[in-house]
Amino acid sequence: MSEFTMEIDGVSLPLDEDGFLQEPDLWNEKVAQAFAAPEGIEGELTEEHWNVINYLREYYLKNQIAPMIRRLCKETGCNIKKIYELFPSGPAKGACKLAGLPKPTGCV
Amino acid sequence: MAELPATPLLDDLEKGPWPSFVTEIKNAALHKDSCKDLLGQLERSYREKIGHWKHGGIVGVLGYGGGVIGRYSDLPKEFPGIAHFHTLRINQPSGWFYTSKALRDICDLWEEHGSGLTNMHGSTGDIILLGTTTDELEPTFKALTDVGFDIGGSGSDVRTPSCCVGPARCEWACYDTLKVCYQLTMDYQDEIHRPMFPYKFKFKMSGCPNDCVASIARSDMSIIGTWRDDIQQDDAAVKEYADKGLNIQRDVVGNCPGQCMEWDGEKLTIDNDLCRRCMHCINAMPKALAPGKDRGATILLGSKAPIVEGALLSSVLIPFLKIDNEEDFKDLQALVEEIWEVWGEEGKNRERVGEFIQRVGMANFLEAIGLEPVAEMVAHPRENPYVFYNQGDDEEEDK
Ligand code: SF4
Ligand code: SF4
Repeated sequence: MSEFTMEIDGVSLPLDEDGFLQEPDLWNEKVAQAFAAPEGIEGELTEEHWNVINYLREYYLKNQIAPMIRRLCKETGCNIKKIYELFPSGPAKGACKLAGLPKPTGCV
Repeated sequence: MAELPATPLLDDLEKGPWPSFVTEIKNAALHKDSCKDLLGQLERSYREKIGHWKHGGIVGVLGYGGGVIGRYSDLPKEFPGIAHFHTLRINQPSGWFYTSKALRDICDLWEEHGSGLTNMHGSTGDIILLGTTTDELEPTFKALTDVGFDIGGSGSDVRTPSCCVGPARCEWACYDTLKVCYQLTMDYQDEIHRPMFPYKFKFKMSGCPNDCVASIARSDMSIIGTWRDDIQQDDAAVKEYADKGLNIQRDVVGNCPGQCMEWDGEKLTIDNDLCRRCMHCINAMPKALAPGKDRGATILLGSKAPIVEGALLSSVLIPFLKIDNEEDFKDLQALVEEIWEVWGEEGKNRERVGEFIQRVGMANFLEAIGLEPVAEMVAHPRENPYVFYNQGDDEEEDK
C-alpha cells in the first residue's frame, strides 16, 4: 500500500511520491478539484481547465499513455503558454495529475 | 552533529593527489545531514553494486516544465536526509564567466536551501545544484532569480545552450560564440522552460574546428566556426618554429589530414583548396598560422550520446554561414524553427532529431525543411555519406 494517500468522500486514494493518482480508475471530478490548489490553481476549475483535463483523460483511456504536448496543444486549441497559465506546474505535473493519469514517463 | 558513517569503499577515492568528490561531500556532511545520508547511501551502493536512486520523479517550479530533476532515495527510512534530493540545473552565463560575487551568491543560497553541493559544470553546461527537498524548490527559485540567475532546461525541451569561451579569450574564434549563445538563450526562453518537443534539443557553439565544447558529439545542432579563404601564414614565424627545432615535415605536414601541405626546409606551401579546416597545423604553430579572415560557421545537425539508440555525430547541414549581424542570425533561426516544426510534427516520442533524420531519410528531411541538397553536406570532409561511388568510377576519374 502506498505511504501517500488522499481522502475524498471517505475513500482513501493511493498516490505516488509526486502526488499522482496510482489508480486512474479512482478518479472523479472532485479528485481533480482537490488536486488543483496544490498545483497552483486558485479556486474552482474553469471550463478551459476541463477542456484540457477531459481531453487528457479520453486520450489516456484510449491509448494508455499521455499524449505528446504538441498534440495536446493542437487538439485543445491551447498554446503552450496558455497551458502553463491554466496549469502553472505544467502539462505533465499539473494537467496530467488533475486528469488522474499516472505519472507520465518522458512524454508530456 | 552525529559522526560521519563509516565509508571504507568511498575512502579509497580520496587517495592520491587529486581532488575528490568524497572529500567534498564529507566536508559538507559536517553541517548537513543530507550529505551524511548521501555518503551512507553511496557507500551502500558501492558495496551492493546497486544504485539507490529511484528513477524519474516529476517535480518543478511553477510556470516551468524543465530544469528540476526529481531524485528520491529508494531507502528513505535508512537515509531520511535524502528521501528527496532533487537536482536543479541553472543557466550558466555564456562562456562561464562569473564575478566572484555571483559565485558566492549561488553558494550562499544553496547552503541555505539545499545540500550546498554543486557541480560546476554538468555535461549540459549548466551549473548543477545537487540535492534539495520538494518544499525548498520554490524558495530556491526565488532566491536564484533575486540574484539574477534562471533555471536551465531538462526533459524534452531546448537544453540550456552552451558555448566555448570564443572571442572573449581565444584568437581562433571565427564568430562570436558568446553572443550567439546568449541570443539563442534569450530568444528561446519558452522552448527552454516549457518542453514540447519529441525529445531534448541541444545547441552547442564552438568558435573554431577545435570544438572545445565537443559540439559535434554532444549537441543536436552544432555551430562550429570555420573560414572559407586561405589560412593566414607568416613565413618568418614558420621559419622560426623550424629553427627552434619543430620537425615541420613530420609533425605538421605529415599529420595534415588533407595532405595539402609541403615543406621544402625553407618555405611552407598550403594548397588551401584541399584544406579540411582541421586546425592541426594552426594548433602546432599558433604564432605562424591562423584561420583565414573570411570567417563564419558550419551548421551541423544530429549528434547525440548513446542513450535510447547508438551514438551519432552531427553531420553538415549548412557548409558555411556568416553570423555577424542580425540578418544572419535571423536566417539561422528560421532554419532552426523549420527543423523544429518538421521534427515536432513527425518525430516520435523520445526520438532525437538525428534519429528522426535516419528514420525518414536525409533527402526527405531536406525537402521538408526546404533546403537544397549540396555536395558539402557531409559526415566527414571529402566523404559524402549520401552519394555512393563504385570503385571503378573513382579510378576512371583519377586518370
Ligand atoms: S573551440 Fe576554437 S575558438 Fe573556441 S575556445 Fe576552442 S580553440 Fe578557441
Ligand atoms: S588545417 Fe588541417 S587540413 Fe588544413 S592545412 Fe592545416 S593540417 Fe592540413
